Amino acid sequence: MTTTFDERRDDPLADLERWIAQGQKAALATVVATWGSSPRPVGSHMAVNETGDFTGSVSGGCIEGAVIKAARESLAAGRTALLEFGVSNEMAWEVGLACGGRIQVFVEPVSS
Amino acid sequence: MNLQLLRTLQQWRAQKRPCAMVTNLTSGASVLMDENAAIGDLALSAEHLRTARARIAADQSGTIDSELFIRVYAPPLRMIIVGAVHIASALAPMAAMAGFDVTVVDPRETFARSGQMAGVSSMVAWPDEAMSDLKPDARTAVVTLTHDPKLDDPALASALRSSAFYVGALGSRKTHAKRIERLKAEGFSEADLARIHGPVGLDINALTPAEIAVSIVAQVIDVLRAEAA
Repeated sequence: MTTTFDERRDDPLADLERWIAQGQKAALATVVATWGSSPRPVGSHMAVNETGDFTGSVSGGCIEGAVIKAARESLAAGRTALLEFGVSNEMAWEVGLACGGRIQVFVEPVSS
Repeated sequence: MNLQLLRTLQQWRAQKRPCAMVTNLTSGASVLMDENAAIGDLALSAEHLRTARARIAADQSGTIDSELFIRVYAPPLRMIIVGAVHIASALAPMAAMAGFDVTVVDPRETFARSGQMAGVSSMVAWPDEAMSDLKPDARTAVVTLTHDPKLDDPALASALRSSAFYVGALGSRKTHAKRIERLKAEGFSEADLARIHGPVGLDINALTPAEIAVSIVAQVIDVLRAEAA
């Protein structure tokens, strides 16, 4: 006898699917490359909806705010964006990685 | 990516099917693929398809060239816990939270019933039967918690005959020494038996069931990640 209790786990893709099925606009942000030390590995996902709700993460909280903003812009414009964050970035004083690493994040609206 | 492709991806993941999404970072076009199939609006060259399938086999996400990114979705790691004892009620949810598909095995129905938790399967079966059903592989950890040789030993024997990446057995140094003697008598070599982490868990002076569970999960992760590091 096998009993499975399959409650939804921490899965940004599941949230993305649910939001879009509910008629909301939503985007997926994914870490596509990292250099040096970075808090989350390549492939890490964060789902963002048009109201700014998000699940998952692409860093240790350092750049999530900027990625959410970019994701909402991406949703409004209906196009993808490739973002880069790190100490070499001119935004470093504003939004950067305290760990000194550099990461690239791809943001894509998911169409219904 | 569109909703249709996302839904298919989620179905494949639920079926524990190793797969990947390949995305062109310039155009935004993407293709969902596995060993045989490829669906979506991104056409890949034969060479890129081969590279992508090798990446799926190696569970390695990353850029393929400057434009293409592959996100591999490997089926979850598994943990088989033998003994629906008090420590299991802490270990199972912690391991599930760390991303493992957890199965708690115990032939004693009352024990198995008491261990029902989210993200955790419980199986009322003798460990040797359960192990031949569950077929531990290189992405499986096996932890025995019963202290009872007639439950722990057959599970450990099966685990040692498998490619399980982690094998751990609860018990004091004394209990563990006796266990090693019994398994030696069954024909296991020193090298086989050295695979068993016993006493189980990192030495953090853990006392309570939850603390012991932390030490076990920590050791499993240590063994798992040390291979890649």
